[in-house]
Amino acid sequence: MDNKQIKGYVHSLESFGSVDGPGVRYVIFLSGCAMRCQFCHNPDTWKMKQGELYTADELLKKALRYKGYWGSKGGITVSGGEPLLQMDFLTEFFKKAKAEGVHTNLDTSGNPFTDQEPWHSGWLELMKYTDLVMLDIKQIDEQEHIKLTGHSNKNILAMARELSDMKKPVWIRHVLVPGGSDKDEYLHRLADFIHTLSNVERVEVLPYHTLGKFKWENLGLSYPLEGVNPPTQERIDNARKILGAI
Amino acid sequence: MKNFEQWNGFKGNRWKEKIDVRNFIGMNYTPYDGDASFLEGPTEATNKLWGKLQALQKEERAKGGVLDMETEVVTSLTAYGPGYIDEETKDLEKVVGLQTDKPLKRAFMPYGGIKMAEQACETYGYKVSDKIKDVFHNYEFKTHNQGVFDIYTPEMKVARHNKILTGLPDTYGRGRIVGDYRRVALYGIDALIEGKQKDFAACDRQGMRRYDFQLREEIADQIRALKGMKVMAESYGYDISKPAKDAREAFQWLYFGYLAAIKTQNGAAMSVGRISTFLDIYIERDLQNGTLTEKEAQELVDHMVMKFRMVKFARIPSYNQLFSGDPVWATLEVAGMGQDGRSMVTKNDYRFLHTLEDMGPAPEPNLTVLYSSRLPENFKKYAANISVTTSSVQYENDDVMRPVWGDDYSICCCVSATETGKEMQFFGARANLAKCLLYAINGGVDEKTKQQVGPNYQPITSEYLDYDEVIAKYDKMMDWLAHLYVGTLNMIHYMHDKYYYEAAEMALIDTKVERSFATGIAGFSHVVDSLSAIKYAKVKAIRDEDGITTDFQVEGDFPRYGNDDDRADEIATTLLSTFLEKLKHIHTYRDSKPTTSILTITSNVVYGKATGSLPDGRKAGEPLAPGANPSYGAEQNGLLASLNSVAKLDYEDALDGISNTQTINPDALGHSDDERSENLVHVLDGYFDQGAHHLNVNVFGKEKLIDAMEHPEKEEYANFTIRVSGYAVKFIDLTREQQLDVIARTCHDRM
Repeated sequence: MDNKQIKGYVHSLESFGSVDGPGVRYVIFLSGCAMRCQFCHNPDTWKMKQGELYTADELLKKALRYKGYWGSKGGITVSGGEPLLQMDFLTEFFKKAKAEGVHTNLDTSGNPFTDQEPWHSGWLELMKYTDLVMLDIKQIDEQEHIKLTGHSNKNILAMARELSDMKKPVWIRHVLVPGGSDKDEYLHRLADFIHTLSNVERVEVLPYHTLGKFKWENLGLSYPLEGVNPPTQERIDNARKILGAI
Repeated sequence: MKNFEQWNGFKGNRWKEKIDVRNFIGMNYTPYDGDASFLEGPTEATNKLWGKLQALQKEERAKGGVLDMETEVVTSLTAYGPGYIDEETKDLEKVVGLQTDKPLKRAFMPYGGIKMAEQACETYGYKVSDKIKDVFHNYEFKTHNQGVFDIYTPEMKVARHNKILTGLPDTYGRGRIVGDYRRVALYGIDALIEGKQKDFAACDRQGMRRYDFQLREEIADQIRALKGMKVMAESYGYDISKPAKDAREAFQWLYFGYLAAIKTQNGAAMSVGRISTFLDIYIERDLQNGTLTEKEAQELVDHMVMKFRMVKFARIPSYNQLFSGDPVWATLEVAGMGQDGRSMVTKNDYRFLHTLEDMGPAPEPNLTVLYSSRLPENFKKYAANISVTTSSVQYENDDVMRPVWGDDYSICCCVSATETGKEMQFFGARANLAKCLLYAINGGVDEKTKQQVGPNYQPITSEYLDYDEVIAKYDKMMDWLAHLYVGTLNMIHYMHDKYYYEAAEMALIDTKVERSFATGIAGFSHVVDSLSAIKYAKVKAIRDEDGITTDFQVEGDFPRYGNDDDRADEIATTLLSTFLEKLKHIHTYRDSKPTTSILTITSNVVYGKATGSLPDGRKAGEPLAPGANPSYGAEQNGLLASLNSVAKLDYEDALDGISNTQTINPDALGHSDDERSENLVHVLDGYFDQGAHHLNVNVFGKEKLIDAMEHPEKEEYANFTIRVSGYAVKFIDLTREQQLDVIARTCHDRM
C-alpha cells in the first residue's frame, strides 16, 4: 500500500443504505461539518479530524465487499458531516472507485462551495469522478437559511446552477421543518428555483424528525428545535406536491 | 408400463414405469417468467369460508389458545368422522378434510407419550376419558416417551435436566418426515400399494435377522396406512385408489396424503413439501382444455392453503415455551431452479404466494422461496413485494442446496432440506455449545445447578483466561458433548421407530430410504464472541465461593461476529466445522448421515434462561441470539455487514441449515413499496450469491411491535405475522418474554 496516500477521517460506515441514492449503497460518513443546522440529526459528525483514518485504498477495499448487493443501480455514497471538507481525499477515493466501475454519489450541503481558486479546480476534478450529486437545499430564503444553519445559501444555489450547466445528474433534498421551511411561500420559491435547473432527476422531501435529539443532549448541547414536532402527513404531501417530489 | 386415462395429455414414459415424480415434473411443467398481472382475487366462496375460519380463530384465542379437544377417541386415519369448516357450507370447500370431526379441534395423540397427551388436555381444562386412561395405564400400553426413559443412562438424564442437551424429541413426535404427497395424486393409492408389496417381496432373503424383520414390519405398516388413506378419503366421498383426473382431484388427492400424516403424527414439523410446480401441471392441462378458469385455479390454491392454516396439535406448556405460537411447520416451497437450468417457477408459485394477499398474512403454511439470483426477475420482485407487505416469507438458497439434494428436495422443517420421497430425517434438537464453553471452564460443573454434569476435567483456575488453554479444554468438552448427544439421539430414534413409526409418511417415500441425522447448535454467536473476547481482549473470570466461574469482566475491545470482520468470523467457521467433525466420528442410528444446524427456533429464550453469564458480556438468563444471528447489539456496520458474516459459514458444514432472521424498517429499505421490493431483491442476490443458506425477512419498525405487544386487541394485529428463527408466527401469540426478545433484536433502521 502506498504510504503517502492522503488519509480521510471517517465518522462511521453503513453497509446498507437504501435511501441514500439509487439502489443499495455503501454509505461513508466523513467527519466534520461547518454548518449548524438546527434540525441536524447527526451533530456528532460536526467535529473535524476525528474518527478513524483511512486511505482511499483501504476504504475502497472495505466498500467492495458489498459489490454483490449493488446490482446495476447501486454503489457508494459519501455523506457526512460535509464530505467536501475533505475534498482531496474524496477525489482520490472516487477516482479509484470509478476505476472499479462503481457508481459514485456525493451527498452534500454545498456549504464549502466557492468559485475561488484553488478550491474550484479541485471541485471540477472531483466532479469528473462523481456520477450523482445529492444536494441539500435547506431553505430557499437567504435570511431564513442563515437563521436555520448559521450560513448563507448564496454559494449553495450557485453550486446548483453550476451543476446544471455541467449537466451533472442531481437529486435535490429538502428537509421539511414545521413553522420554517415547510411554509408554502418558501416551497413555491424553491420549486421555482428547481425549475430553472436542467439536471434535476429527483426531488426528495425529508420530513424533520426528532430521532437525533438525544445526540445533542449527549454532546451537552441545547436542542434548538425543542418543542417542534415532525410535520404532519398532510404537510409532507403538500410539500411533495409543490416540489414535484417522490 | 402402466397407463391410466387420467394421464392423458402428460408427456414422458419413465415416470410411468416406476415411481418418479421428479421425472413427471421435468417432462410436463411450464416455466413462467411473466409478471403477477394474471392473478385473480378471492372468490365469494373463499371469502365466506375464510371469514368463518377467522371467526373460529378469534374464538380459539379468546378461549386461551385451544378451541376444542378430543378426549374420548385416540386418533388414527379413520378414528374421526368427516369434518368441515362448517357443515352448512361444506359444498363450498373445494378441498376437504380435517384432522378431527370439527374445525380447529385437536386430536388425541398419545403414542409420543401418554402423560404429555394428558397434560396437554388438562392445561386447557379438558379431561381424558377413563376408558383411554385405563388402556394406557392399566394395560401398560407403551409409548415412545416411556421407551426412551427406560433406556436412558443416568448421564443422559442429568445432561437433559441441566439443559446442555435441550428440546429433545423424547416427549413429542420427531416430525421432519415429508411424505411425497404428490404420489397420491399422480399414481393413486392402488399403484402405491402394489409398489410397496413388491418391495416387501424383494426384501425376503436367506437368513433374515433383526434389521430385516424391522424393515418387513415397517413395509407392512406402510401398506396398512395406504389402505387406511383410502377409507379416510371414502368418508369424504372420494375414491383415491386411482390417479387424480383433473386439477381439483389432484389438489384433493395430494391433500389427503398430507392429512393422513397430520392425523397420525404430531411431529414438531409437519411439512407439506414442494408441491406448487407439480400441481401447476394439472392446472395448465385444465386451463388448456377449457375446464378450469384462472379464478377457479386460485380458488383451489386458496382452499388448500386454508386447510394448511388449520393444522393443530395438542401441546404441553413446556413445548409451547420452546416453540411458541402454535407452529406446525407446514412448510411449503415455491420456485427453485432445475438441474437442466430452467427456472421451476410456474404460475402456481405466484398463486401460493398470492394467498397472502387473498386471505391476508398468516404463519402457516410456512412459505419458503427457494432462491437463486437466476430466478426470473419478475418473480423475485413479486416475492420480495410479498415480504415487504406481509413479512410472512422465508428465503433459502437453491444454489447451495441443489448440488447436495438435487432439484426435487423439500424443506422438512424450518430450513432443512431432504430429497422428496427418497429421504427422511432423524430430528435431533440442539446441543447448547455456549453452556459447553462454561463446562470447559468449570471442569464439567454446571454453572447454575452446581451439579457435575460433564466429566470432571481440570477446571481453569487462572484469573485471566488464556485463549489457548480455553480452546484446548473446550475441544475436549465438545468431544464429550458430541458423544453424549449422538448417543442420546440414537436411543430416541430407535424408540420412535419402535413405538411411533411414521407409517403414513413413510408409505409415500421409497422403501430404500436415505436417512440424515440432524443435530443442532444453540448459542453459536455467543461462543464466537466469547472466544473472540478471550483472544483479542482481556477476560477476567469471576468465581463464586465454590470456585465456580459465574461471571466475567472484559477489559478492552474485541471484534464481534456480525460485522464482516474476519477475526471474529474465522472463529465462527472453525467452531462449526470442529463440532461437525466430532459428530462425524460417532456411530449414528441406521447408518444415517450426520449433519448439523445453527437454528434455535424461539427456544433461544428458554435456552438462554438456563445458561450462565458468558465472556462476551451476555449475562446469565438473558436469551441467546436466535439461530446463526449475530448477538444483540453486536452488529455495528448495518445489515449487509451482518449478512456477510453469516454468509461465511459453510453450508457444507451445516447441511441441516443456517438460520438467519433480519428485521428491516420499511423507511430504511426504500421510499415506496416498489423501491423496497427492488432493494430487497438486491439484498437477496448479494447475500445468496456468496453461498449463504437462509434468510427470514421482516419489514416493519420496532414501534409497530411495541404497539402490538401493548394493544393485542387491535384489529390490525389479529393476523400480524412475523418471521422468527425458522418459522412465521402471529406476533400476539408469542409469550411476553419472547415478544420482548424479538423487540430487543437489531432492527436495521438507520435514518
